[in-house]
Amino acid sequence: MRAMVYRGPYAVRVEEKDVPRIEHPNDAILRVTLAAICGSDLHLYHGLMPDTRIGHTFGHEFIGVVEQVGSSVQHLQVGDRVMVPFNISCGSCWFCARGLYSNCHNVNPNATAVGGIYGYSHTTGGYDGGQAQYVRVPFADVGPVRIPDWMHDEDAVLLTDAAATGYFGAQLGGIAEGDTVVVLGAGPVGLIAAQSSWLMGAGRVIVVDHLQERLEKARTMAYAEVLDYDEHDDVVVELKKQTDFLGADVVIEAVGAEAHGNLLQHVTGTKLKLQGGSPVALNWAIDGVRKGGTVSVVGAYGPIPNAVKFGDALNKGLTLRMNQTPVKRQWPRMFEHVRNGHLTPRAMVTHRFPLEDVAEAYHVFSAKLDGCIKPLILPSAA
Amino acid sequence: MTDPDIPSAYVRDKRTPPPTREELRARIPGWGADLDPADRPSYPKLQYPADTGAHWDFPERQPGGEGRERSIEHAFVTPVFGTAQPLRGLSGGVRRFAYRRFSEGRLAHWLLLIVGDRIDAWGSHLRSFASRRPDVPASGLRSELTHGGLRSRRGRSDARHQVLDPVVVAGPWVAGAAVTYTGVRRLVRVLRR
Ligand SMILES: NC(=O)c1ccc[n+]([C@@H]2O[C@H](COP(=O)([O-])OP(=O)(O)OC[C@H]3O[C@@H](n4cnc5c(N)ncnc54)[C@H](O)[C@@H]3O)[C@@H](O)[C@H]2O)c1
Ligand SMILES: [Zn+2]
Ligand SMILES: [Zn+2]
Repeated sequence: MRAMVYRGPYAVRVEEKDVPRIEHPNDAILRVTLAAICGSDLHLYHGLMPDTRIGHTFGHEFIGVVEQVGSSVQHLQVGDRVMVPFNISCGSCWFCARGLYSNCHNVNPNATAVGGIYGYSHTTGGYDGGQAQYVRVPFADVGPVRIPDWMHDEDAVLLTDAAATGYFGAQLGGIAEGDTVVVLGAGPVGLIAAQSSWLMGAGRVIVVDHLQERLEKARTMAYAEVLDYDEHDDVVVELKKQTDFLGADVVIEAVGAEAHGNLLQHVTGTKLKLQGGSPVALNWAIDGVRKGGTVSVVGAYGPIPNAVKFGDALNKGLTLRMNQTPVKRQWPRMFEHVRNGHLTPRAMVTHRFPLEDVAEAYHVFSAKLDGCIKPLILPSAA
Repeated sequence: MTDPDIPSAYVRDKRTPPPTREELRARIPGWGADLDPADRPSYPKLQYPADTGAHWDFPERQPGGEGRERSIEHAFVTPVFGTAQPLRGLSGGVRRFAYRRFSEGRLAHWLLLIVGDRIDAWGSHLRSFASRRPDVPASGLRSELTHGGLRSRRGRSDARHQVLDPVVVAGPWVAGAAVTYTGVRRLVRVLRR
C-alpha cells in the first residue's frame, strides 16, 4: 500500500509499505477513504516529539471502510463506513471506565502519562497512522462509530479530532453565561472552540492570531471579535484594555508547541528543542485571564519541561484545565450540533491533496502558505 | 456614583453587561444550546459511560510483547501495543537504555530518546544516499512555487522566524558534509603516507 512516511525533521514522503494485519482479536483493518493533517502532526514533523522513528506513518484523523475484522469483534462488520477517534482506548481500564478515553492505560507501553494515539510516535504507543491507504484499528469494538447517513465525510473526518478538541476546549473553560472568552489561535481547533464558546453561553468571544485568512474565518464562521497580535506591541496589554483591565473570564489556549510571538521562546522551544515546545501562548493565557479565572489548554506540548509562568498562575488563583480530548465522549452531543448547523467543521477545509502529494501538503500547512487552514489527504486518489 | 473613568477591575460591580439572550440568539446560531453544564459531554470530568463497547474485564494480550520496550512506570507491557518500527541498530540500543533505566519523570529519559532520534535520522539519511531515493533536508518545497511561497508570507511576523528554518534544517546537513569531507581528507592523507 501507499503510505506517508517520516524521513526526519521537515522531511516526509510517500512509500510502499505492507498492508497492516490483524494483531489482536479485537483489531480491525480499515481502508482509509479520507484523512487530514492536524496541527499536532506539525509537532512530529518538526521533530519535537521524542521517539519519532524514521519510517513512521503519521495520521490520527481519518475515516474509512472496514476491510477486515479480528475474531472477537462484535460491533463492526466488513464494509461498514466508520469514523475513528484519534485516541486508541481499551474501554475497560480504570480511566476508560470513567470516560477518560484519552488517558487509557492499556494501549501505550511506552509511556503512562499519555494514552495511545494513531501515528503519533512511539511516545504514544508506536502505532502507524492513517495517512495511508490502510490502517490497523485496535479495539474496534470501542473506538469506531458508523458514520451517520446525513453526515458529510469532511465533517466526519474533522470530528475525529480537530472539531472535537475545539468543543472540548470550550468545555474545559467552564464557561458561565455572559463570560468573556478569549481564544488563542485561529487554527481548526481554535475556530471550533470559538463557535463552541457561544453554545455554552459566552457573552463575548475574542480570537487572537496573526494570520489574516484565519482571523477572517473567526469573524465569519464563529462571529468572533478578532485581535491580530502583530498589530500590538504587547497583545496582553491590549487584552487588558479591551476587558476594562479585568482580563478575560476564560482563555482557551489552542496554539500549542509551535507558538510564535516571542523570538527567544520560539527559538529555544521549537528550533533548538531545549523545551517541550514554545509556551508563548500558554504564558499569554496566564497573563491575559482575570484573577480567579480559568485557562483551558488544548494546545499540545512535548514531555520536556517548558518555561511557563507558574508563579503568576498561582498568584492569580487560576484554574488550569487541560487534556487530550476524549473524542468519543464528545460525539453524541456534537453530532446534534453539526446536524443543526451550530458547529461547522468542514467550513474550515481549504485544501485537498492526493496522498502522493503529502510532502507538499505538510509544507503548505506548516508554513501556512496559500491561506491553508485545514488540509485533507485523499488516499484513494493515489 | 464612582468616577466613570475608573475601569471595572478597580470597583465592585461595574462590568458592561453582555448583550441579552435574545440579541445573542438572534446573532449566533445555537447560542446557549449548552448553557446547562449537564448538556456538556465532559461534565463532570469523571463519569461512567453506560457502555464503552468493551466486552472484557481485562483485554486479551496481543502476542509478541515479550522484551518490547516499555516505560518502567508501567507494571508490564500493555495488553495492546504498536508494532510499527521496532527498535533496531544503535538508535535502538540508545532508546532501549532510555526506557529501561529512566522513568518518564527524568529528563535523561527524554534527552536519550532525542539522541536516539538523531542517530536514527542520520543512519537513515546515510543509508538513503546509497539508495535510489536519497533523502533531502526538507521535503515539499515545490509547493513554495505552486502555493504562493512569497505571496503567502508577505507582512507576516513569523516570516522572521521562518528565516531560521533553512539554518535549522540545512545546518546539520552542511555540518555533516563538512565533517565527512575533512574526515575523508584525513583518511586519504593517512593512507598516502
Ligand atoms: N488536546 C488535544 O487533544 C489536541 C487535539 C488536536 C490538536 N491539539 C493541539 O491544538 C493546537 C492547535 O491545533 P490546530 O490544528 O488548530 O493547529 P494550527 O497550527 O493550524 O493552528 C495554530 C494557530 O496558532 C496561531 N498562533 C501561533 N502563535 C500564536 C500565539 N502566540 N498566539 C495566538 N495564536 C498563535 C498560528 O498562527 C495558527 O493559526 C496544536 O498544538 C495541536 O497539537 C490538541
Ligand atoms: Zn490532532
Ligand atoms: Zn483504557
